[in-house]
Amino acid sequence: METSKLTGDRIKEYLALGKRFDGRKLDEFREMTIETGISKNAEGSAKVKLGKTEVLVGIKMGVSEPYPDSPDKGNLMVTAELLPLSSSRFELGPPKIESIELARVLDRAIRESKFIDLEKLCIKKGEKVWTVFIDIYSINADGNLLDAAGIGIIAALKNSKIPKYDEKNEKVLYGELSDNKLPLRKEIPLSITIYKIGENLIVDPTQEEEDINDTRVTMGSYDGIISSMQKGKSKALSEEEMYKVLDLNEKVWKELFSNIEKDLK
Amino acid sequence: MAIKRTDGRKFDELRKMYAKVGVVPNADGSAMFSFGDTIAIAAVYGPKKMHPQHMQDPEKGTLRFTYNMLSFSVTDRIRPGPSRRSQEISKVSEWAIDPVLMIDKFPNNVVDVHVNILQANASTRCAGINAAVLALAHAGITMKNIVSSVSIGKLDKELVVDVSKEEEDYSEGEGATDIPITFTGDGKLTHIQLDGKITTEQLKEAVKLAKKACEEIYEVQKKALKESIK
Amino acid sequence: MTERKIVIPGEIIVSGDKYLPGEGTEKKDNDIIAIIYGLSEETRGLVKVIPLSGVYHPRRGNVVIGKVENVTFNGWVIDITAPNNAFLSLTEVPRYINKDGLEEVMDIGDMVVAKIWNINKRGIDLSIKSRDFGKIEEGMIIKINPNKVPRVIGKEGSMVNLIKNETGCNITVGQNGLIWISGDKIENELLAKKAVIFVTEKSFIEGLTDKLKEWFDKEK
Repeated sequence: METSKLTGDRIKEYLALGKRFDGRKLDEFREMTIETGISKNAEGSAKVKLGKTEVLVGIKMGVSEPYPDSPDKGNLMVTAELLPLSSSRFELGPPKIESIELARVLDRAIRESKFIDLEKLCIKKGEKVWTVFIDIYSINADGNLLDAAGIGIIAALKNSKIPKYDEKNEKVLYGELSDNKLPLRKEIPLSITIYKIGENLIVDPTQEEEDINDTRVTMGSYDGIISSMQKGKSKALSEEEMYKVLDLNEKVWKELFSNIEKDLK
Repeated sequence: MAIKRTDGRKFDELRKMYAKVGVVPNADGSAMFSFGDTIAIAAVYGPKKMHPQHMQDPEKGTLRFTYNMLSFSVTDRIRPGPSRRSQEISKVSEWAIDPVLMIDKFPNNVVDVHVNILQANASTRCAGINAAVLALAHAGITMKNIVSSVSIGKLDKELVVDVSKEEEDYSEGEGATDIPITFTGDGKLTHIQLDGKITTEQLKEAVKLAKKACEEIYEVQKKALKESIK
Repeated sequence: MTERKIVIPGEIIVSGDKYLPGEGTEKKDNDIIAIIYGLSEETRGLVKVIPLSGVYHPRRGNVVIGKVENVTFNGWVIDITAPNNAFLSLTEVPRYINKDGLEEVMDIGDMVVAKIWNINKRGIDLSIKSRDFGKIEEGMIIKINPNKVPRVIGKEGSMVNLIKNETGCNITVGQNGLIWISGDKIENELLAKKAVIFVTEKSFIEGLTDKLKEWFDKEK
């Protein structure tokens, strides 16, 4: 059942006092756990829990032809599945816009920041390159799947190793990982979504809070540089609010990064 | 026994099993079950209204089972989305559990069971059925009993219990025959499939082995339910 | 009286002529067998299984809290998080309402406290004829596992009354697991919510009422 207007009003009243139902501050994330290497057949994987929200991210690598306009670069493909397992709100069927948007927004955060050095994933220019498949799955949906998945992607990529490639027989030797980790940049592009509820801006909403959000802005940034951004949902932001969003992103990014740094060796 | 199993197991030895209920807080019932490296997670939503209305059955409820493998659960990435294989496994799994469900208790309603394989090392449909039945019990669904599922393999000429991926790919002699079987807690067979080459005599032997193995699995499942505190 | 124990479907709870199969059980020959997962209980020969988890199963006489899903020409369709929707007819409202005035009384999205006065093949019928029922105007709604409701209410209301007294809030517990909390200060409402969740998490412990009193002393 979606959050009732009654409870929604209470949430907004409390926010106006700078408080949230679970005692967090408006710019505070829930308790987070990150586990890597949770699926052995993946080249890299991670499980992220943000409060009760849980996502799994797996990395698979394959060899294929490069895109014609980037003959010496590897490929990246991000997909997301909002599994019916994770919520009564998700149904079976072709991907809905929610999962498509989630995948594309997070794709841009990784792609535009050039986090993966795609040039190093070229095997033979114009003929063979590695494709990195990032697959996101929701296991329990309790708000903010976006950021949980974003963190999961970073953790899974950092956990990934390139499989051995048999050039002669043109076969990927899955299960035999080389010692080569995925070529990643040092700077980590963390994706953070800022949600507006009434007059207040918060991060990491529970499902209850997310149900009543008016609009949200997801930003992927690293070291103060923003490389991707998307505003979602239909209410407007004032100019002032937009600047507040950007400032909040910088502040939260630093805190979030320091929290997860140790988990992302 | 002539054949040595790659992981050192005796011919009738199951891999280490792990079962737990309540792993998906949003679900009405949920569970995970694993045979060694094969991990399945199941969530149940329902009983609830059946949509579309014309599919409602006024005499009894409906069980809808979906089996899905995560893209990275296997070495060769699976494109997300249903495949013919997953659809068939979904149906067969549904049939494996139907006989114990008392679905006349929830007419016009549907119970959705979603099984996802997080990591695959053969016997995925068996792990899926084991997790699904735990999730159904956890969801308080009325059932006569629970079911337990295991795969019996024939490697060349010898039978083994709980087939691993390496064994599934066994190619010496007569190769590998894979036989997933499901039994109810009171010893009735609700599911059997076969892929390979086997005599009637040996198949009877396989069924006997499966029944015994399912009794072991039943204890693991029972323990998971008894030790959960939701 | 036999000891309570957790049972699984298909398990024999007790055997013997004198036992009768109650809810959640079935009699086969001389055995009483569980047909749901839960806690078995035997009183004077009647054996039943109390579910620990799973959806709410509506019963006549239950007080429930629901959300208006739809307004029809003669009533409201209400979602009470049960396998079937419930219907509140115009005729079960304690005052006269014009056929065009239904939305003004309650509209889609509104929350309501009602009583189930009838259940039949066609559905669940609700009534708000008594004084304690009707549209919820203020407060917050929380959802718990419906199987924990008896614990939250307590023997003759002892548990919920303790929470009401300690927080000064009005609390209405729906048998379907939805709970309406309304207080003069949000802090008190949240304290009541926390207390309810405390009870649901510790529902297996003995002497819970005392433990809750201790918890309140610490929290305040």
